[in-house]
Amino acid sequence: MIRTYALLAWTWTRAAAQYPVSFALMTAGGVVVGGLDIAAIWVIFANTGTLAGFGLTEVMFLYGASQLAFALADLLFGNLDRISRHIVSGTLDVMLIRPAAPFVQVASDRFTPHRIGRSIQAGAVLAVGLSRLDVPLGRVWMVPVMVVSGVVIFAALFTLGGALQFLLTAAPEVANAFTYGGATLTQYPLSVYDPRIVRGLTFGLPLAFVNWQPGLYVLGRPDPLGLPSWTGLLSPAAALALAAVAALAWRAGIRRYRSTGS
Amino acid sequence: MTVIPGHGAAVSLYPRLAWYGFRRHATYWAAALAGAFTNTVFGVLRAYVLIALWQARPGLGGYDAADAVTFTFLTQAFIGPMQLFGGGLDLPERIRTGDVALDLVRPASLQLWCLSEDLGRAVYLFVVRGGPPTLVGALLFGIVAPHAPAAFFLSVALGVVVSFAWRYIVALATCWVMDDRGLAVLSMVLTTFFSGLMLPLTIFPGWFGDLSRALPWSAMAQVPADVYLGTADPARALGFQALWAAVLLALGALMTGAARRKVVIQGG
Amino acid sequence: MIEADGAGRTFRVRGRVVHAVRDLSFRVAAGEFVACLGPNGAGKSTTIKMLTGILTPTSGRVRVAGLDPSRRRTALARRIGVVFGQRTTLWWDLPLRDSLELVRLLYKVDRKVFRERLDEMCDLLDLGGFLATPVRQLSLGQRMRGDIAAALLHDPVVLVLDEPTIGLDVVSKAEVRDFLRRRCAEHGTTVLLTTHDLGDVERLCRRVLLIDHGRLAFDGTVDELRATAPGRASIEDVVAELYLRSRTTPRTPPLPLPAPDGPSATA
Repeated sequence: MIRTYALLAWTWTRAAAQYPVSFALMTAGGVVVGGLDIAAIWVIFANTGTLAGFGLTEVMFLYGASQLAFALADLLFGNLDRISRHIVSGTLDVMLIRPAAPFVQVASDRFTPHRIGRSIQAGAVLAVGLSRLDVPLGRVWMVPVMVVSGVVIFAALFTLGGALQFLLTAAPEVANAFTYGGATLTQYPLSVYDPRIVRGLTFGLPLAFVNWQPGLYVLGRPDPLGLPSWTGLLSPAAALALAAVAALAWRAGIRRYRSTGS
Repeated sequence: MTVIPGHGAAVSLYPRLAWYGFRRHATYWAAALAGAFTNTVFGVLRAYVLIALWQARPGLGGYDAADAVTFTFLTQAFIGPMQLFGGGLDLPERIRTGDVALDLVRPASLQLWCLSEDLGRAVYLFVVRGGPPTLVGALLFGIVAPHAPAAFFLSVALGVVVSFAWRYIVALATCWVMDDRGLAVLSMVLTTFFSGLMLPLTIFPGWFGDLSRALPWSAMAQVPADVYLGTADPARALGFQALWAAVLLALGALMTGAARRKVVIQGG
Repeated sequence: MIEADGAGRTFRVRGRVVHAVRDLSFRVAAGEFVACLGPNGAGKSTTIKMLTGILTPTSGRVRVAGLDPSRRRTALARRIGVVFGQRTTLWWDLPLRDSLELVRLLYKVDRKVFRERLDEMCDLLDLGGFLATPVRQLSLGQRMRGDIAAALLHDPVVLVLDEPTIGLDVVSKAEVRDFLRRRCAEHGTTVLLTTHDLGDVERLCRRVLLIDHGRLAFDGTVDELRATAPGRASIEDVVAELYLRSRTTPRTPPLPLPAPDGPSATA
């Protein structure tokens, strides 16, 4: 699986290298789009010192962690949201006659490293936020764990979005509400949302485990909903559970395709 | 359809093109509903962030919290009709394939032709992609009633024209700039940020705020929303939009002429 | 090598059940060259998709190269080669050589074996001149030769060709047919091809399967096919007549022909 992915990703990277100007523009475009979100945070904190109980450095930390996870998941699995185009144009048939998993082929299709620019940008915001926060060494180890868990959660969301497109071939944009919506949702502390939504994001669709619960643990802040502080340590478990659901959904989607072949 | 040059043809041609634009987009109803769903979800997320901000700073930018929520769902509703993320025109594709040469030799203005189709598209998307976010916003959070409904609809129409005039310029620039994707990204960045889609322009600080409110993109979302909320003088707001519409349409007309000369002399 | 036993496939179209293929039974022995004919929408595509593991049959049983295609898709992919005339399996922006190298890695073909096969293919298909050209810049004839080379690099025992000569000029068609005949005969490859070009059938295949309305309407040699419509000069005319017959015969009885001097004469 990993070998095939690396092989196909490397192939697409070389294909993209044939258009260096386009590559540079797409990289710059990604960084500028990410810059807009940062500019929005700047405008908000030009008007207020705290948002829903959190200051600028804490928001930078939460933003950086979730966006780094999202950018990496988007880099590796973002092309899953093109599945409906593969279904409509018939290229999924070509993938099904090759001796490799369609998941790997779709995820690596048109892989370009330009999305790495966005990851570096988010990583920089995370680093600046962390450096100003004074987090004790005993809790810093949680930061890489939460980023990796976040990557898995967003990758699972891309997979679920892809699986959904097997049903909604004519309306693939619905998947964006979950993938890009999840990325937007986790930009700000979840305390801005209604507690019922936050509960749904903790016990249902586990987006609270991207940066909110583990972030509270790193920051040493109590959960506004009163959950114990070790809840944040459950991020890897929540990520794996969602990944399992996504894998089942993807398999069901492929099975449905093979039994309708639209 | 054959167009017979003459007096009667021009009168009925453009309304008919608008009707075709409407019908063409009506065939993609599933995609439009999916877009409306996504716009609604993002509207809910944005609304909570703005509520938190207005809790910290009541009365910020001349809005109260209800105004801010209304602003959010209105601007989300504008994404479809105003094409705030870009696109909506066939022109870049037709320039890439060279088909634009056929369009430029028609006995009708290319710019008016595209504008008519785009207005038809906008009417359809105003209903299908604008309705759901507004409705859900009203049900979940409650939104305020329009201050001057007639002026608001006029302002939306002018906003569509400004949006079209801008997208037409960006599309036609493909004749001279090789990479159209770079232009599309640049246009999207400018439009999403300076239209008021990300945050109300009224809370942008200092000279940056003054500048952003004077730029043409504010005519696409900020100004119609302000006319709805009654936070802008309708006459001045409509005048501002009309001015930008005239300037951008004139620029587009100049570029059309230049493109025609380029195609005729260099053969595309 | 290829077996279908009562294979069928239904689709649900707006709540109605449509039989794309029903009760299809045939056997293709190793090394046979078989053409699959049928008018547009007759079920050829569905059949090909069932045989290659892209679609799962809703009834009956299919076996290709000893495997159930829908259960053992990946294992089957290593034993069969597929060429789609209407779309390429190569990588659009890569030079042909890199695309073939990628196929080698995907199918895990030994480097030395790959070299030998590629040399053979370059000889027979005359690929040498455009190995370094990106696929998107190839002419249709060059691209098709590249696609055929890619489908044969792992030396499949079964080769499935879906309209392999569509859109090619006369010279390219002749080259492709020559190559397929020689190479597949030498390697004992079993070939199933769909086509609308009866030149393919006459020059490549001894046996013909005719699929119509989702059923097997004819299974026999080209000569036997000719015998079904005696008096027809070319095989094109024979097949045209078969298609027309099948359009008027099923379900509804044929309409009575109007009398020569019009309906008023009978009134």
